[in-house]
Amino acid sequence: MTDSEGSDSISRADVQHVANLARLALSAEEEERFQHQLSAVFEHFQKLSALDTEQIPPTAQVIPLKNVMRPDTVEPSLAEQDVLANAPDREGDQFRVRAILDF
Amino acid sequence: MATAVTEKYRTVIGLEFHVQLLTESKMFCACSAQYAANPPNTVVCPVCLGLPGALPVINEKVIECIVMTGMALNSQIPEFAKFDRKNYPYPDLPKGYQISQFDLPFCIEGHLTLDEEDGGRTIGITRVHQEEDTAKSTHVTAASGERYSLVDFNRSGVPLMEVVTEPDIASPEEAAAFGRKLRQIVRYLGISTGNMEDGAMRCDANISVWPADAPLGDIKVEVKNMNSFRAVERALYFEQERQTRILESGNDTRVTETRGWVETSGETVSQRTKEEAHDYRYFPEPDLPPLQLSREWIEGVREKLPELPAAKKERFMAEFDLSDYDASLLTQSRDLADYFEAASAGAKNAKAVANWMSRNLLQRLNESGSEIGDCKISPDALAEMILMIESGAISNRMAQEVFDQMFDTGKSAKVIVKEQGLAQISDEDELAGIVATVIAENPAAVQDFNQGKKRAIGFLVGQVMKATRGKANPGIVNQKLQEALRQD
Repeated sequence: MTDSEGSDSISRADVQHVANLARLALSAEEEERFQHQLSAVFEHFQKLSALDTEQIPPTAQVIPLKNVMRPDTVEPSLAEQDVLANAPDREGDQFRVRAILDF
Repeated sequence: MATAVTEKYRTVIGLEFHVQLLTESKMFCACSAQYAANPPNTVVCPVCLGLPGALPVINEKVIECIVMTGMALNSQIPEFAKFDRKNYPYPDLPKGYQISQFDLPFCIEGHLTLDEEDGGRTIGITRVHQEEDTAKSTHVTAASGERYSLVDFNRSGVPLMEVVTEPDIASPEEAAAFGRKLRQIVRYLGISTGNMEDGAMRCDANISVWPADAPLGDIKVEVKNMNSFRAVERALYFEQERQTRILESGNDTRVTETRGWVETSGETVSQRTKEEAHDYRYFPEPDLPPLQLSREWIEGVREKLPELPAAKKERFMAEFDLSDYDASLLTQSRDLADYFEAASAGAKNAKAVANWMSRNLLQRLNESGSEIGDCKISPDALAEMILMIESGAISNRMAQEVFDQMFDTGKSAKVIVKEQGLAQISDEDELAGIVATVIAENPAAVQDFNQGKKRAIGFLVGQVMKATRGKANPGIVNQKLQEALRQD
């Protein structure tokens, strides 16, 4: 993490960066609050670094399964009214959303 | 651009191709992958809508397709592969992430060698990985000025394979040649239509130009929005020139950026992006167990691998004694090569088939803008026509006319010849009679011949042809004339 402020291991800039990636508009008060909270979470996980994992291969999956595949066959899709049932807004048979052209 | 300027610099290009795979169902769910043929939002389910709790399951056919591609691109197929989440929020990606592959893709360290006519260089292929396509957004500006997007999720979850090359490509022409070669391979494999026009195959390019005698820098420009191989070539040529001009000015103001190709104006335009845009925060996809493909499974895929263009071309040259040029031409596509082999089997004369295909058939297909699949002449019908030439039923010259009619009408050579009385006269007695008449009517030419002007026989052959309206078998006419003149 970059330029830590005070005792927090996560900087205000980190919070702003992550908020921006998630498209969250945070107030200055929220940024400060989340900076403390995220720092606490981060430090808690930092404790794991104390363990010696030199001899342990990286793990991507904790469930002991592999090669789970299905045959390439088509099954019926959802009915159109069900597809659009939860749409925040619709126009004809399409979902209508606010424009996000610039990000 | 002047040659001197071109030689002062070198161009470095790396390509990324997205290739939609031709499966029945989507990548992670059983919805139909026929996204364009169905009305909007009719081939979607909780998985491709990204609804909470929906769980993806890998389509085995997709893994076969990508492993097959890796083999065709001379790649290594690591025994362990996994999927990752590539996070970014956008309406066409309702989960908030795209399932893709980060550090352990299905294929690594491949290469593809271009054809001799394209320079013949070998281009390294960094990786081939598998991901899912996104939904389709249509951006709308209402009369009120309000801007919004309409989203159709039919395409969401369609299998999308990404091929990434090393920055080994040295010119816009070579980039386009690589693209065409890759398209030829995916079409041979039958895993994609490879059509750039409808987005089944898409190309992004990274390009930078550097002084030829200096080490490479770390700026690169990503060019997007190229919808044909011609556009790839034009866009990269524009970008190569633009960057060279900046370097020539002595003040390198280039930055790493994404630029979009604008077909209508023929230029690339900077697409303003914030630097965070590429902070995808990849992490392993917890909903998909990793794949550890067994040797047997991989070998099973290898057995399904069809003969590839390079091998087919070599075989055509060896087995049918074709020239390099004809073999290249006839292996352009699998359909064309299959047509050639089927016709050769019928005609028992592969060279004649190759000649008719390269000189007549391909030309007519080109002129009419159609594909071999649309051709009205079946391989058997072409073989039959060639057998008729060889048996003397029609002459080579007549065959040109017969072929054109076959191409236009789809009728067989036999039918056309019968309908129009085109059959060649090979009857020896009939021709001997005509020869006798011609000799009797042209004493001057006969005298010339007897006085040693051997070329006078050409005139006499011409007269026989005229008398038979071109239908006489020229070999027999020649023979009969020689016989008759000797007797004189």
